[in-house]
Amino acid sequence: MDIWTVLEYAAWALSAVFALLMLSDMVRIDTTYDNDLLTSSREGEIEAAAERHTL
Amino acid sequence: MTSTVAAAGGQYAQAKHIVGPLMAFNVGLFLVMAYTMLEAANAITIGFLLDTVAGMQGHTGLHQQPFIVLCVMFLAWLNYRGVLATLTFNLVITAIAFMAIIALFLAVQFGVSSVPLDFSAVTTDPMPYGWIGILASLHFGLWYYLGIEGTCQAAEEVRSPARSLPYGTMAGIMTLLIAATMTWYVCSGLIPWEYLGQAGTPLFDAARVTGNRGLMVLLFIGTMFSTLASANGCINDASRAWFSMGRDRYLPIWFGAVHPVYRTPYRSIIFLVPIALIFALGAPLDQVVTFSILSGLLGYTFMTFNMVMFRRKWPLDTIKRGYVHPMHPLPTIVLLILCATAYVAVFLGYGTQLIAMVSFYIIASLWFHFRRYRFVRRGDQFTMPWPRPEGY
Repeated sequence: MDIWTVLEYAAWALSAVFALLMLSDMVRIDTTYDNDLLTSSREGEIEAAAERHTL
Repeated sequence: MTSTVAAAGGQYAQAKHIVGPLMAFNVGLFLVMAYTMLEAANAITIGFLLDTVAGMQGHTGLHQQPFIVLCVMFLAWLNYRGVLATLTFNLVITAIAFMAIIALFLAVQFGVSSVPLDFSAVTTDPMPYGWIGILASLHFGLWYYLGIEGTCQAAEEVRSPARSLPYGTMAGIMTLLIAATMTWYVCSGLIPWEYLGQAGTPLFDAARVTGNRGLMVLLFIGTMFSTLASANGCINDASRAWFSMGRDRYLPIWFGAVHPVYRTPYRSIIFLVPIALIFALGAPLDQVVTFSILSGLLGYTFMTFNMVMFRRKWPLDTIKRGYVHPMHPLPTIVLLILCATAYVAVFLGYGTQLIAMVSFYIIASLWFHFRRYRFVRRGDQFTMPWPRPEGY
């Protein structure tokens, strides 16, 4: 087994690790937080804050 | 427009405010498809590059799939973990790739290459296919610049969008123009055009032609980093466009979620991973590029009349602008002419894909109009603190 074959297996393994990290975190967040909170961001929040900001 | 409509979603948010919801839905799809397929094309290029290097080391038949999947997964994970790390990583690897191109340019200029620059083809036979050859390559030319307009996707994650977005866009254009010009100059001087037209990794091939091992290693890293940076930016941009449509309920609200810790559109990032993988693993590079640029081309065409409508509805001095585009409407007219010519080029070379893509957007528009628009929060989607437009 040469280095490139090892790299192929390593790439598959790392891909699985990254996929699992994302999916497990998504499941954890979705079961921990309320969906209304997760979807509560509003477009233009920064603009609205900038409008109120005065020096 | 980008400096004035500072919101995640970029051109989607602009279309929503300036043209209307149906245009916005289409523009959102243009962005997602263009960037996702560009990401797939970058992953294919990385697989191809590694296959080339493995072949040079005597390993034949490298399986490219694990490296393509790893590229998409790693970058999606990076995007998932936060925009600061993602874009800082992008800045660093882009800088290294940029330095690699400059190093190649200087090395070739100062005689490091065993093969001198040869531009005799330009003088002896400058246009072997005539003007039709230039026309046929035009959409790949436009594709070279795809992504610059994605700067505005970071609007909700920078401290001062009105200042940062024009600055970021101009810095990006300058980097691109310098690097692209040097790439074309060096590659067309070192590699015969017959080969260059088919090359998947031209910079690395140019370094191979020089016969210098150090340059080969440097340009291998440079090509890897430039494609990774491009794919990374695409995930960032596509996920934010998808997220914005979810937030406005153009798509299910489920996609409009923000990660409570990392502050990223995490569901959109994960949702787009399999779509990128389907194209990266299942389609050849030129087809993926064509689908990407077709969506980009439709988006660029939209920008022309969007710009005209923007200036008509909100003339100068009626709203605060971060940047005022000079010589309006000349740049718009130039862009429209370029887009119209590129449509002809695409139709001649990839007519089936053009018709398939336009049919897809028509069907998607019908779905949005008849089935989806009833769920959209019609008042809430207009968020810019602007006065009523002229004529309304």
